Amino acid sequence: MSLIEVKNLEKIYHTDSVETPALIDTSFKIEEGQFVAIMGPSGSGKSTLLHILGFLDEPTGGEYYFDGKPFSDYSQKEIAMVRNKKMGFIFQTFNLLSRTTVLENVKLPLLYSDVKESLWNEMAKKAIESVGLSHRINHLPSQLSGGEKQRVAIARALINNPQVIFADEPTGNLDSKSGQIIMEIIQRLNEKEGKTIILITHETQTAEHAQRIIHMLDGQIDSDKMVSAPRRATDSFSK
Amino acid sequence: MNIKYSIKTSLTGLKTNKSRSFLTILGIVIGITAIILVMSLGRGAQNLILGQIQSMGSKTIAIAPGRQPSGMTDSLNTFTDSLKNKDVEDLQKKSNVPHLAKIMPIVFGSESATRENKIHQTTIFGVNNFFAQIYDIYPEEGRLFTDEEIASKSAVVIIGSKIKEKLFETDEQVLGQKIKVKNQNLRIIGVLPKKGQFSFISFDDALIVPYSTAQQYIFGIKYYNRLVVEVDEEKNVDRTIEDIKITLRNNHNITDPDKDDFFLETQAQVMEMVGTVMNTLTLFLTAMAAISLIVGGVGIMNIMLVSVTERTHEIGLRKALGATNQDILSQFLIESMMLTIIGGIIGILLGAGFSFLISLILSKIMALNWTFAFPVSGALLGLGVSAFVGLVFGIYPARRASLKNPIEALRYE
Repeated sequence: MSLIEVKNLEKIYHTDSVETPALIDTSFKIEEGQFVAIMGPSGSGKSTLLHILGFLDEPTGGEYYFDGKPFSDYSQKEIAMVRNKKMGFIFQTFNLLSRTTVLENVKLPLLYSDVKESLWNEMAKKAIESVGLSHRINHLPSQLSGGEKQRVAIARALINNPQVIFADEPTGNLDSKSGQIIMEIIQRLNEKEGKTIILITHETQTAEHAQRIIHMLDGQIDSDKMVSAPRRATDSFSK
Repeated sequence: MNIKYSIKTSLTGLKTNKSRSFLTILGIVIGITAIILVMSLGRGAQNLILGQIQSMGSKTIAIAPGRQPSGMTDSLNTFTDSLKNKDVEDLQKKSNVPHLAKIMPIVFGSESATRENKIHQTTIFGVNNFFAQIYDIYPEEGRLFTDEEIASKSAVVIIGSKIKEKLFETDEQVLGQKIKVKNQNLRIIGVLPKKGQFSFISFDDALIVPYSTAQQYIFGIKYYNRLVVEVDEEKNVDRTIEDIKITLRNNHNITDPDKDDFFLETQAQVMEMVGTVMNTLTLFLTAMAAISLIVGGVGIMNIMLVSVTERTHEIGLRKALGATNQDILSQFLIESMMLTIIGGIIGILLGAGFSFLISLILSKIMALNWTFAFPVSGALLGLGVSAFVGLVFGIYPARRASLKNPIEALRYE
């Protein structure tokens, strides 16, 4: 059984009387532990696809099975639960709460989980340590560099030990060196911890870190190829 | 999401917008302050009045001429001359009212008192020595009346402390001096200590004369304005009330109790009446103050709506990280309730503070026997009401927040 399976997935936006198709008849499977990059120019439907896969948006047609269960069978509560426990999100714009410290930002998903509060600090510190930011634990996001912000966001995505991590242009707002560090962390999560990674990017170099590249064009899959030798993002990141 | 964290989160939010949060809760603060102030002062006034009625003694019955006022249209002035000397004599007979211990007729009115070139408008009370016991006020200089003085309608007077201030110099010897009221020279035999305002009477600004003197030489009347009776024992009060009524009806040839030309008041009745009046007044004023809470609530709703819009992005993020609609709803509800509860607490403290200041002024400067009463029930009510206002006016913004679509919210800039 695949972790993710979509069949004839369709998303059409209705504004006034105009129909704008964002996704047309898309079908594919992603196995657990796979590192998939989704590429495509803007407007190709890659973000829409990611949002649907990440339970942030609903398809208007077709079927989506996550963990063997169709999306339509998930209740509102279960959707929130899946977002909280099984999925981790990394955004291009980091999306950290500016008023709270690194520690509190990383703890945020725990607030909505059933994890005992006495464990929160320890878990958050461990996640922060795993992205090498232990020395920034009480800093505010405004005191961090872009790369550090994104590492905080990764720590936040990891805290509930999700099965799959969705990364929406994670290096898009970063310089190449910071981007390299982020890619190394993501690759390590996939290889060492077996996390499924679904990454959106429009940079070929970034996409080449993945094992598989799905190329989207005009709401459809243009090509879907395995990468024989994924690019290594080592050396640049050290604890 | 647990409550502790929600409260922490909302407090952080409120702290970052300190001046806005403060202005937002101002309406609630004013409303709760007003409520606490009204309730506290109402309680204080009630305590003051009830305390004085109580000092009248639970064995005391007051007899007033006329009919018990039962409505606005009732003429209060009918039969004002119905209580005569014969009534006093008959009430004193053991065969009529066996448990009567003492009786004091009262005549009162307003007159000006003059001495040399000084003139002062004051209240004249015609009583017997019993007044000292009823109101627990004894001359600090001089003495009370003698029986002889009362019987012979002597021109003697006991003066209040304020009269002494107004008509005499500070160090002047007062006893034995004379003051003139309605062309009568009254010789001062006593001076009362400064006591402050009693519920209906201020002895500080009063002239006390024998009732017989007051009737004949000052007011020129043959009736009494009040009769005050003390019963020998408290358990006999009810029986004595009946005895008095029978005696007076007999004297006044009344067969139908509805046509009584007098009415009786006991301490219990007066206390009940005062209590009712004060409660009604307090309730009315509280209701007026409550209107400001509604206005304050609308202000809260307004700001919460702004806050929800401002934090659309945050709402989207929280949802993406696993917050349910319920989580978001309670987060914003708790925030608006925190606002109003904090406002409520500030209001309670301010209200109690102002009330304390006012009671200080009343007791120290105006010499009233006023005690500061912190309305615990009012404080609890204030807290409850402010939480309720937060809930009611917070629910609409919170619901709007909870229904936001995560993707649209995340895209919102």
